[in-house]
Amino acid sequence: MTGNSNRLIDAALKLHIAACVVFIFAPILGSFVFSLNSDRFPSLPLGQFSTEWYRLIWEDPFVWAGFFNTVIVGLVVAVIATVLGFGGAYTDFRYKFLGKNVYLALALLPPTIPVVIMGLAMLAFLSRVSLSGSTISVIIAHGVMCSPFAMAIIRLRLSQMDPDLEAAAWNLGSNEWATLRHVIIPFARPAILAALFITMAVSFDEFAVAWFVSGLDETLPVKILGFLQGQVSPRINAIGSLAFLSSITLIILAQVLLRRASRGTS
Amino acid sequence: MTRSRPSLFSLVMALPLLLWQLAFFAFPLLFLVAISFWTVRNFQMTPDLNFANWERILTRTTFWDAYARTAMLATASAALTSLIAFPAAYAISFKLSERAKQWLIFVLIIPFFTSYLVRIYALQVFLSDAGIVNAALGMVGLGPVGMLNTTFGTLVGMVTLCLPLVILLQVFSLNFVNRDLVEAAHNLRCGRLRTVLAVIVPSARVGLVIAALFAFILSFGDFVSPLYLGGGNPPTLSIMITDITKSGQQWPRAAVVALMMIGTLLSVAFAAIAYAYKERGK
Repeated sequence: MTGNSNRLIDAALKLHIAACVVFIFAPILGSFVFSLNSDRFPSLPLGQFSTEWYRLIWEDPFVWAGFFNTVIVGLVVAVIATVLGFGGAYTDFRYKFLGKNVYLALALLPPTIPVVIMGLAMLAFLSRVSLSGSTISVIIAHGVMCSPFAMAIIRLRLSQMDPDLEAAAWNLGSNEWATLRHVIIPFARPAILAALFITMAVSFDEFAVAWFVSGLDETLPVKILGFLQGQVSPRINAIGSLAFLSSITLIILAQVLLRRASRGTS
Repeated sequence: MTRSRPSLFSLVMALPLLLWQLAFFAFPLLFLVAISFWTVRNFQMTPDLNFANWERILTRTTFWDAYARTAMLATASAALTSLIAFPAAYAISFKLSERAKQWLIFVLIIPFFTSYLVRIYALQVFLSDAGIVNAALGMVGLGPVGMLNTTFGTLVGMVTLCLPLVILLQVFSLNFVNRDLVEAAHNLRCGRLRTVLAVIVPSARVGLVIAALFAFILSFGDFVSPLYLGGGNPPTLSIMITDITKSGQQWPRAAVVALMMIGTLLSVAFAAIAYAYKERGK
């Protein structure tokens, strides 16, 4: 094979990567552009610049109610999922026991179950125990769905820890609780913070299970689903763009924390 | 470090997650099995051991039509996504600098944290009859092509959903391919395409199959693309579940559909994993 055709193939491959990225990001960027466009139904050529849709959502009390629900759910879920995930990650890191595979499967499988099925199961079960149709039910469901992410992030960080560190603390007379507080949690802190941010971001965008169980206490993504079912409304783009900006801020914060942490130890 | 009796400390660490997932994950799924045998009278679900729901759903041609449609869509999406992803994953793993690789991986993680609904809504604007794509086609004298409310539309949505994950999983599996093998193939004057097909694909098989499996699982359960890009009529299984659930108290029937979906996903997952880990050359 000649060098020329190799270079041609390499260029074609790189072009293909670019095409994939464009394909993946076109809807995301599109919704940004449409949110700032005066047309109700944007097409080419684009209409004029307008902040009308942002004004509409700003003045919509239902959007605000949904926003507050989303934030409350997101904050509570982040804490619950991170606490649960930390315990699970530490258990996997430190202990060997009978049935560990079952434990790990229970802990990590939720994201592979289709959301409609999770939603239906949650709705049927929670309404039986009179917990459905409220913010609590969304928190319970999101706790299940987000804790695997927290567990994975913290588990990765724990695997960077020198196993002798814990043993050294015990030898120096520190008990397990004190070691947890003074050695393990400080070491895992960046991952714990990252897990808080990531689980919050996952909860912010989850619409399907929340739609099944939320009843009247709708979160913002559930409202978007409502908008989608009704009239065409570019308000979706405005809400989506704001939601995207907040999610991406959380992700970048998490990323910075994790990178700084792994640089510190390696 | 293992002990005969678990300490209080270990229980405090391990149990909260276990209890939460048992109570709110395992139990609701088992409960789904139970209510599939319940009956609905006067809009109330009553515990029962009645096979009527199963019979009712499984003897309907509408169910089996939806089942076939959902399976075909998920298969097509998994195949299409894998084919589109592979050249990109190959190039990322073999052709890019370490720095560019890390950047692309970060860029591909971003879509997981964007609202899938908002992306689908934007795609509606792109694909509709008077939308962006058709306007662009019109400028060069083509179209308009009907893309919204078609199978094509559904597949575009599903590929958007799956592509980032599939590329990432493929990149991770390709990163583990022994570079010496590739070098050896080159030295033996094995052509580029043949190296990819005879050396790289077989050694990355586990990861490639698992990536396709994830695309299948995601597409099989997705109700947003079939509904808002495919038109929703005739329905897929997940649209059936949302319809039945929201239109009344016939949750037992929805449970039957959901259990059929779980059964299918488990069978496909086991088959795919068995195939992925099958010894080579057999």
